[in-house]
Amino acid sequence: MTETISIFIGVIVLLGALLSLITTFGLIRLPDVYCRSHAASKSATLGVLFVLVAALLYFWIKDGFFSARLVLGIIFVFITSPVAGHLISRAAYYTNVPLWDKTVQDDLKTKNKQKIVKEIKNS
Amino acid sequence: MKVNDMILQTVTTLLSFIILIFSVYLFFAGHYTPGGGFIGGLMTSSALVLILLAFDLKTFKKIFPINFLTVAATGLLISILTGVAALFFDVPYLTHTFDYVELPILGETALTSTLIFDLGVYLVVVGVAMTIIQTIGESE
Repeated sequence: MTETISIFIGVIVLLGALLSLITTFGLIRLPDVYCRSHAASKSATLGVLFVLVAALLYFWIKDGFFSARLVLGIIFVFITSPVAGHLISRAAYYTNVPLWDKTVQDDLKTKNKQKIVKEIKNS
Repeated sequence: MKVNDMILQTVTTLLSFIILIFSVYLFFAGHYTPGGGFIGGLMTSSALVLILLAFDLKTFKKIFPINFLTVAATGLLISILTGVAALFFDVPYLTHTFDYVELPILGETALTSTLIFDLGVYLVVVGVAMTIIQTIGESE
């Protein structure tokens, strides 16, 4: 394992850790559920992906061991984490968790109203 | 109002395959690396629970028309039979053997009769976990 590669992998791990830290700051400082889930589902995913990719490269270059489990984990986190964020914020919206008081746009509200009006007209 | 579950259901149809494949991998990896019947069975039942969460109980029963209590009972039977089989070879109960076998595609493979015992454990774990979850889910 050459010096360049070890520095490269170290940089990737540190970037992943930094993104996780930024996620935590976002969770503490952002005002409502939707903003927080925005922080949690995006930057946390990328942070975890960076750490996993670094682990994959490390074991691949150092031991010559290509871990299929890590590849599977990368794909899995990449698919599931945004969906989890989507489901959590949707559940929050439908249980009437209030939006931040400086919110200016709520498309889903008017959309749902239109749908209900259409259903009443059809019946 | 009925909410639209399309994102969850689409992702579930994709992910349940990945989880099921990983659970089978864990089941077979048990002899030399971390894994085995228990964790493989739990992983399989977690894939089934994901399908159960994304769709409803009626759809789930249409996909898997199995009584999971039977699965648990079959697993116990398999585990007991591997133990009893040792008695026919004049060795103590639950003695397991180990051999290298030439398989058609996989080549030389180390096969042990512990794998069959593990299959029993796997079926018991899947059966019990799914029975518990379905029973709780059904009761109003």
